[in-house]
Amino acid sequence: MKRLPKFLLSAAMVASMATSFSAVKAATPPDTLVQAWQSDDIISLDPAEIFEMSASEIAGNTYERLITYDIKDVSKISGQVAESWTVSPDGKTYTFKLKPNRKFASGNPITAEDVVYSLQRAVSLDKSPAFILGQFGLTKDNVKDKIKQTGPLELTIEVDKAYAPTLVLYCLGNSVASIVDKKLLVQNEKDGDWGYNWLKTHYAGSGPYIMRDWKANEVIVLERNPNYEKKTPLARVIYRHIKETASQRLLLEKGDIDVARNLNPEELAAMSKNADVKIQSAPKGTVYYLGLNQKNPNLAKPEVRQALKYLVDYQAIADTIMKNKGEVHQNFLPKGFLGAESNNPYKLDVAKAKELLAKAGLKDGFSVTMDTRSTAEITGVAQAMQQTFAQAGIKLEILPMDSKQALTKYRARQHDIYIGNWGSDYQDPNSNADTFAANDDNSDGAKAKPLAWRNAWDPGPLTAKTRAAVMERDGEKRAQMYKELQKAVLDDGPFVIFLQQTEVAAVRKNVENFILGPSFSDNDMSQAKKN
Amino acid sequence: MTEGGGHASALRSFLKKAAQFVIVLMTTLLGLVAVTFFIGRVVPIDPVIAIVGDRAPPQVYERVRTELGLDRPLIEQFVIYVKKAATGDFGNSVLTTNPVMTDIANVFPATLELATLGTLIGVLFGIPLGVLAAVKRGTLIDQFVRVLGLVGYSVPIFWLGLMGLLLFYAKLGWVAGPGRIDVTYSYLYTPVTGIVLLDTAMQGQWDAFWDAVSHVILPACLLGYFSLAYISRMTRSFMLNELAQEYVIAARVKGLSEFRVIWRHALRNAAVPLVTVIALSYANLLEGSVLTETVFAWPGLGQYITNSLQNADMNAVLGGTLVIGAVFVLLNLVSDLLYRLLDPRTR
Repeated sequence: MKRLPKFLLSAAMVASMATSFSAVKAATPPDTLVQAWQSDDIISLDPAEIFEMSASEIAGNTYERLITYDIKDVSKISGQVAESWTVSPDGKTYTFKLKPNRKFASGNPITAEDVVYSLQRAVSLDKSPAFILGQFGLTKDNVKDKIKQTGPLELTIEVDKAYAPTLVLYCLGNSVASIVDKKLLVQNEKDGDWGYNWLKTHYAGSGPYIMRDWKANEVIVLERNPNYEKKTPLARVIYRHIKETASQRLLLEKGDIDVARNLNPEELAAMSKNADVKIQSAPKGTVYYLGLNQKNPNLAKPEVRQALKYLVDYQAIADTIMKNKGEVHQNFLPKGFLGAESNNPYKLDVAKAKELLAKAGLKDGFSVTMDTRSTAEITGVAQAMQQTFAQAGIKLEILPMDSKQALTKYRARQHDIYIGNWGSDYQDPNSNADTFAANDDNSDGAKAKPLAWRNAWDPGPLTAKTRAAVMERDGEKRAQMYKELQKAVLDDGPFVIFLQQTEVAAVRKNVENFILGPSFSDNDMSQAKKN
Repeated sequence: MTEGGGHASALRSFLKKAAQFVIVLMTTLLGLVAVTFFIGRVVPIDPVIAIVGDRAPPQVYERVRTELGLDRPLIEQFVIYVKKAATGDFGNSVLTTNPVMTDIANVFPATLELATLGTLIGVLFGIPLGVLAAVKRGTLIDQFVRVLGLVGYSVPIFWLGLMGLLLFYAKLGWVAGPGRIDVTYSYLYTPVTGIVLLDTAMQGQWDAFWDAVSHVILPACLLGYFSLAYISRMTRSFMLNELAQEYVIAARVKGLSEFRVIWRHALRNAAVPLVTVIALSYANLLEGSVLTETVFAWPGLGQYITNSLQNADMNAVLGGTLVIGAVFVLLNLVSDLLYRLLDPRTR
């Protein structure tokens, strides 16, 4: 008993100590933008290897490319490092002239030598995104002959066929084609690695910000690039890795961060009522879809594919589970792409679906499984579909699994239905047509695994049409070809496309010009400022 | 002559013990590697996708597959791994591309900091509470400690963590939010040990130190509470056992003060098994509390291993498992040594 007061005393001491730590600042520094986001997908910050959403955003803000586009109207292509360019009459040689007197963050001048080095490097390293350049017939062995310096500020790129110029230009605007500082990389090169082992955690660019520090799963710090022509209003942008969305919300409410990037629909709804916070969003080039494996005899019936398209309550999903996170979209080209269709002809129609199932000889429905990544969103959508499928007698069994596991199974064509999403690799319609509407080899041993292949679907003449579309140099004709491809896939393809992704951020009111663009590399922090 | 013989036999017995320890350590680690390795290889996840992503062209996929040695027989892969591991090369993490041990050296201090503080809190409060509950058996105090322990056992830690943040951070503003240190302070010191409290204190950055304290206090108290729940429960039962012993009655008859009887005699004897309890609880926290680390954005071992596991990053998972295994064996050794110190019979 004698001990009790002492114990209470020490407890009180700890409590009072805790209260004395309350001198925690309420706001972030005025020249620094602090964001909370889930960045555990970053494996490298070398632009030749960057292929993930988070790293793309960092590349977009820290590196420049030859070409860029207006994020409000992506059809407006302009030069970034390039001042001008011409395409030879045979459509195979592109000549670029660079802007004079530009510098890297290191102070080194940006010359044609750097550009040639950067592109040769990306092709030669042959990391995941290298195919974006490699698809033009550029390989490790020929790239030195195909990409050549022709003057201090002039270079040529030779492609193997007369592709639509916009396709080539969009690909040169991708993060894989970022311009890196040759002098700096040569200094840090080891055993002919093109400086790769150094650059994956360091920086050698010329963008509005410098990548100052990256601690995996902890923080990324960007700092104003003093050599950039248009200085950023902010001195610093800090990305803090905060996995838990509820923690992101608390930090935002307290003002310990300025932007929360990964809130869920309920948290967004709550934040939209907060007077200190505004919600910003932008449609992204990612579509959500169901892949119907054509190896399943039921799903291979055209009537069944159609019936399933009538058994999704598109609007309800967009209004509830995916509120603020996506809008109804049924064609394979996301809004904003050349030739993208915005018509959404399918809606929940159980009677029509039943009729189609009866025609397929499946009047009483059938049983089928769906490989479902166990995230709250995807599981929610799958459950909504399970309910509407059941109204037509289709028994949908949801198989929850880890995303990598689902992907492994999908790539082995062992699923019935796969619920997934596809983000475009670059801003040209071919990025999606190539995977949804083309399949050169539908055999089990095929090397390439486009989505059509993964669902064992032979699109027949659509493959040839997709290949023809990349060669069409007339913009309008090209758009028309993509419209036809979309219609064919919409009518008969093994894909139930249901949403286009929207990226949302909750931003504190005093932050201005925080820009979310159509692709992740277009999320632009260079004009952001705080009042 | 006899003296020297005594020394020699002491040395011999020490060497024998040391050799035994090394053998136990090696067998444990080898067993751990074998189990983790084969489980890792049979899970239906393609590790190549984790590295190259879903979109990589076929030739890139094949190249990486060969680089990883995945085209070789499973046994051969295992032998290669063990051979390399024996020389200290645990391979590179596919996610961070760093050597696995570099990664672990980066994340482990964060966990060590949190777990050590948590255990300290658990011991400082758990033992007195347990003793109190035993002495006041059946009273309100005993009931209170029991309920406290029960809540600690049964409430999900992430919920408690979020509620703690909501109350102490968002509403009251007593502590700082998720993370280890405010961004404003994070560049004021250079990481040496990786333990923020130690680094900032050693470099005299007291503002940064207090900021780090205000960040660590809530998650540490939370983990402390959970180990308190366990430690107080065990202390109570050990103490009840001791208090029923004859020597306690003898001590009381001798007229010793109740304070001396309980804290000097009974607790001293209860302390022997308690050492194991505390060591186990500490080892548990050192594994990294994934949920706490997630809620508090604490870049520790738990998050690292979980993230690696989800991405089929088997080198990282294997390395992490080995470190945890080694920690368990070491703590076992430490508790053995403490046993000898506390209990003369084992000497």
